[in-house]
Amino acid sequence: MGFLFGKKKKVQQEEGEKQRPGIRFPEGIWIKCASCLEIIYKPEVERNLNVCPKCNYHFRVPVMERIRSVSDEGTFAEFGDDYESIDMLGFSDSKKYSDRLKDARKKTGRKDATVIGTAEVGGVPVVLAVMDFEFLGGSMGSVVGEKIALAAEKALEIGCPLIVFSASGGARMQEGTLSLMQMAKSSAALARLGDAGHAFISVLTDPTTGGVAASFSMLGDIIIAEPGALIGFAGPRVIEQTIKQKLPEGFQRAEFLLEHGMVDMIVERTRLNAVLALLLKTLTAHTGK
Amino acid sequence: MILQYLDFERPIADLENKLEQLRRGDDGTDKTVRDEISKLEKKIVKVRKDVFANLTRWQMTQLARHPNRPYMLDYINFCFKNFIEIHGDRAFHDDAPIVCGFAELEGERVVVIGHQKGRNTKEKIARNFGMPNPEGYRKALRVMKLAEKFHLPIITFIDTPGAFPGIGAEERGQSEAIARNLLEMSHLKTPIIVAVVGEGGSGGALALGVGDEILMMQYSIYSVISPEGCASILWRDPAKAEIAAEMMKITSPDLLKFGVIDRIIPEPEGGAHRDHKEAAESLKKELVQTLASLLPLPIPQLLDRRYAKFRAMGQFKKKAGGAA
Repeated sequence: MGFLFGKKKKVQQEEGEKQRPGIRFPEGIWIKCASCLEIIYKPEVERNLNVCPKCNYHFRVPVMERIRSVSDEGTFAEFGDDYESIDMLGFSDSKKYSDRLKDARKKTGRKDATVIGTAEVGGVPVVLAVMDFEFLGGSMGSVVGEKIALAAEKALEIGCPLIVFSASGGARMQEGTLSLMQMAKSSAALARLGDAGHAFISVLTDPTTGGVAASFSMLGDIIIAEPGALIGFAGPRVIEQTIKQKLPEGFQRAEFLLEHGMVDMIVERTRLNAVLALLLKTLTAHTGK
Repeated sequence: MILQYLDFERPIADLENKLEQLRRGDDGTDKTVRDEISKLEKKIVKVRKDVFANLTRWQMTQLARHPNRPYMLDYINFCFKNFIEIHGDRAFHDDAPIVCGFAELEGERVVVIGHQKGRNTKEKIARNFGMPNPEGYRKALRVMKLAEKFHLPIITFIDTPGAFPGIGAEERGQSEAIARNLLEMSHLKTPIIVAVVGEGGSGGALALGVGDEILMMQYSIYSVISPEGCASILWRDPAKAEIAAEMMKITSPDLLKFGVIDRIIPEPEGGAHRDHKEAAESLKKELVQTLASLLPLPIPQLLDRRYAKFRAMGQFKKKAGGAA
């Protein structure tokens, strides 16, 4: 759990992206696709929802761009933006947790790794939560857990569906066992939403692993995965070390999960809004909410 | 069972060996030998007190994993009567690292569910070192639903390094199995008592850990990742596990302070492995009292209480002026 965080070099090599120059959308106009290695025109990629026009590779999407592309224009209203993580353990490895938080806030301009708000998608009112992988690997500490629970409670209060976009390496080790408990907290909030008959659509983006996969992300009434997304409980390296075997090609990718019956569908980003709208209309058809 | 010693138990072990030798040579006639014995006995008590008064978090981790530590089935044997084991998830397999069944606690019929480690090499392999596969969690959930249906309270025992990281586990949805248990346990309509008795390793532990009262044996640990795992990620060196254990604050006094657990169950002098029966009696006393306090609660109240308990977990700052 949390294996994607703090291991940047290794992960980037495994992911086969980011370590190559140009892939992180720098100032330049031209970027190189992590998958097909083609040099592509950046504005064209952005217009295409951060999908490579040559090979269909799905880049990670910045949080605000995701919210803009998913919600109907002008409908998103953020709430719960006043929660900030604290270093309750006095945790320090090569760097203090409090400094890591400061750096992450500076880098992303956000207080923590999740943005929540009300919105409309295809004309249906929803509560939307989007995780930010750029903030400490999207790791789930007290604030992320709290905000997912708040989002579920808001959906229950309004009586509307909840959509969560996951992107996380797992639980945030720097918050110790309290980060583990966020798995229980978020799942309990979803139980209440489900008991009241409201839909939860979980969208798994690259990567969704560890404690986030093993809690709210895998609890969707409908689970959608983005193409190629890494999704799993244990990190590939941990599994290899445990079983002393090479992992099969495509292991823990979205397509692997679909084949094993763990997700409902893989939806390309360019079709995602249409699919979400249709699902929302269907799931709210007889509840009117 | 051959008693094994941890490094920091060595001074105690040496004295105990000496005492053993003296006792063997003592025919009850030599007063100096008897004096020596009684002196040594007092010394052992003192040395043990000193060692155990100043345990580091890493030493507590070692105690939680002690090869002689009582496991779930030892507690079942000492605390419960008429245990009947229930097997399988009705879909794929019977996963041995998780044991489920019916039992009686002081005349009260209950469902028991917990992790089980193996004592010797053969058992360890059969129990997969206490690391469940998804079907283990699904078996547990199936039995929890039985408990709900037949209005039986549930007692869970947590003792696992973590859920098994393997190819098959991923193929069969380890994440989903754990997540499902968290959701279902949060609103299961029957009392649930959780006892962390050894290693509470990550999501694989929590998947049996959502309940109304969370108890923890004194020298158990409960953590988001093993100290070794944390060390290899953050320090890039598993040998830094000792520091990671200190940093993550994974012991029972730590977790009581952070509101993760409700009560600490005292262990015998020197740890539960020194006296299984005494450890079990200590746990049993607490289980009986806790169960008696939960049984009168109406189910809606019980569930509100359970929700509020986990809903309150976590610490953060809330800045005024935000759009909350």
